[in-house]
Amino acid sequence: MLTPGGRPPNPGAILGTRGLVKVYRPGGVPVEAIRGVDLEVGVGEFVAIMGPSGSGKSTLLHVLGGLEPATRGEIWLRGQRVDGLSASAWAVLRRKHVGFMFQFFNLLSTMTVADNVELPALLAGATSRQARKRREELLAELGITAKANMAPSRLSGGEQQRVALARALANEPSLLLADEPTGNLDSSSARDVLRLLHRAHIAGQTILMVTHDAKVAGLADRVISLFDGMIADDAKVVPAPRKKAPVRDVFELRG
Amino acid sequence: MRQHLLALLAKEPAHGYELKLALEQTFGQAYSSPNIGQIYVTLKRLEQDGLVRSQDVAQDSRPNKRVYELTPAGREELAAWVVEPIEGPRVRDEFFMKLVLAPMAGLADRMELINAQRRHYFGIMRNLMEMQAGMDNATPAARLLVEGAVLHLQADLDWLERCQEEMC
Repeated sequence: MLTPGGRPPNPGAILGTRGLVKVYRPGGVPVEAIRGVDLEVGVGEFVAIMGPSGSGKSTLLHVLGGLEPATRGEIWLRGQRVDGLSASAWAVLRRKHVGFMFQFFNLLSTMTVADNVELPALLAGATSRQARKRREELLAELGITAKANMAPSRLSGGEQQRVALARALANEPSLLLADEPTGNLDSSSARDVLRLLHRAHIAGQTILMVTHDAKVAGLADRVISLFDGMIADDAKVVPAPRKKAPVRDVFELRG
Repeated sequence: MRQHLLALLAKEPAHGYELKLALEQTFGQAYSSPNIGQIYVTLKRLEQDGLVRSQDVAQDSRPNKRVYELTPAGREELAAWVVEPIEGPRVRDEFFMKLVLAPMAGLADRMELINAQRRHYFGIMRNLMEMQAGMDNATPAARLLVEGAVLHLQADLDWLERCQEEMC
C-alpha cells in the first residue's frame, strides 16, 4: 500500500480508490460495509454501481463523496489524494468538483426552485448574475423553467429530481455522484430523469451512479457489481449480438 | 401465428401482404414479423381447416390477388383464443439449470456463471434502450412491447441477484 504522497492509481482517472475499507461499529461490533475496493472512473465515463441491498453500494458512494470518512485505503480525486481531508475541506472540494443527487432529492424546502439551483454557484463564489444565468440555462435544459419560483414541495417527484439534477450540475462538477436517483420515482418520471442524465453524459459529464434500476445498465458505459462490500464484477456494457429482433431475446426464451 | 392472422381478418378481409403490413405497423421494429412465405403457408392451412375462405380478386394489369375472410368456424376458434388465459412465467430457466448443475460436476464457478449471464443481460438492455430512444413516433403497442421486454429483463436480473445471495 502506498503512503500519502504516492501516485494515484491512474493519473488520467477522475476518481480512483485503492484498498478502500469502511467499517461501522454499531454498538461496538465492527461491521465491514466496504471490504477492499479498487476502482477507477475515467474522464467522461458513466459508471453504474449495482448489487443487492446491503452490498455496500450507498456506503461506497458516500465515502467516495466525502459524506462519510473511509476507515482505510486511498481515494484519489482529480489526481489529488483526498481520503484524509477534514469534513470542511471535503465540503469545499465538493462545492467545486462533485455534484450529488439523492433518492429523496434533499432540496431545501424553504427556498424556491431557482434559489435551490443558484445556491451552489453562489457558495462557490459566483456573482448573482452568473448564478442566475447558469440557473436559467439549466432549468431550460431540464424543462422546468416554469417552476422556477415555486417551492420544491409543490413539484412532482420527477420534477424535484430534475431540480436536484440542475443543482448538482450548477458548478459544472468534474464528477456527478448519484445515489438511487430514480428509486423514488414512478416509471415514466424515472425514464425522463434517466434520459436527462444520459444527455448530460453525452455532453461529457462523468457520472457514478448507485442504482437498482437495470435500465441504467443499458445507458451506462460500465457496470460495477458489488457483493458483500467487494467488487464481484466490473465490465463495460457491450451490446448483445443482435439475432433477429432484440425483444425476441427476452420474450421467445420463455415458456 | 394462426390466431394473430384470424384476429386481423376478424376486422376485415385481407390478402397476405396486407396482413404482413398490419403486423409490422402495429408492433414495430421490435417484433420480427413473419416473412410473407410463412404467412401464405399459414393462410393455406387455416383454409384447409375451414377457418378462413378465400377468393381471387381480379386487379387491373396485375395478377389476381387472393383475399381471405373469416368463416364462422374461424370466428369460434378466435373467440376461444381470446378468452383462454396464457401460460404464466417460466418455471424452468435454462440458465438456472446450468447454475445449479454445472458447479455440482465441477464444470464451472457459480459467481463466474452469474457474472457472465449478467453481462449478457446488460448487453440486451443496451439494445432495448437504444431501440426505446428511437420510438417517439412508434405505436403504443410497439412501445409497450419493448417496455415489457425491459421489465422482464429487470426481473431476470433481480433473480440473478437472489441466486447470487443464496448460492455464492
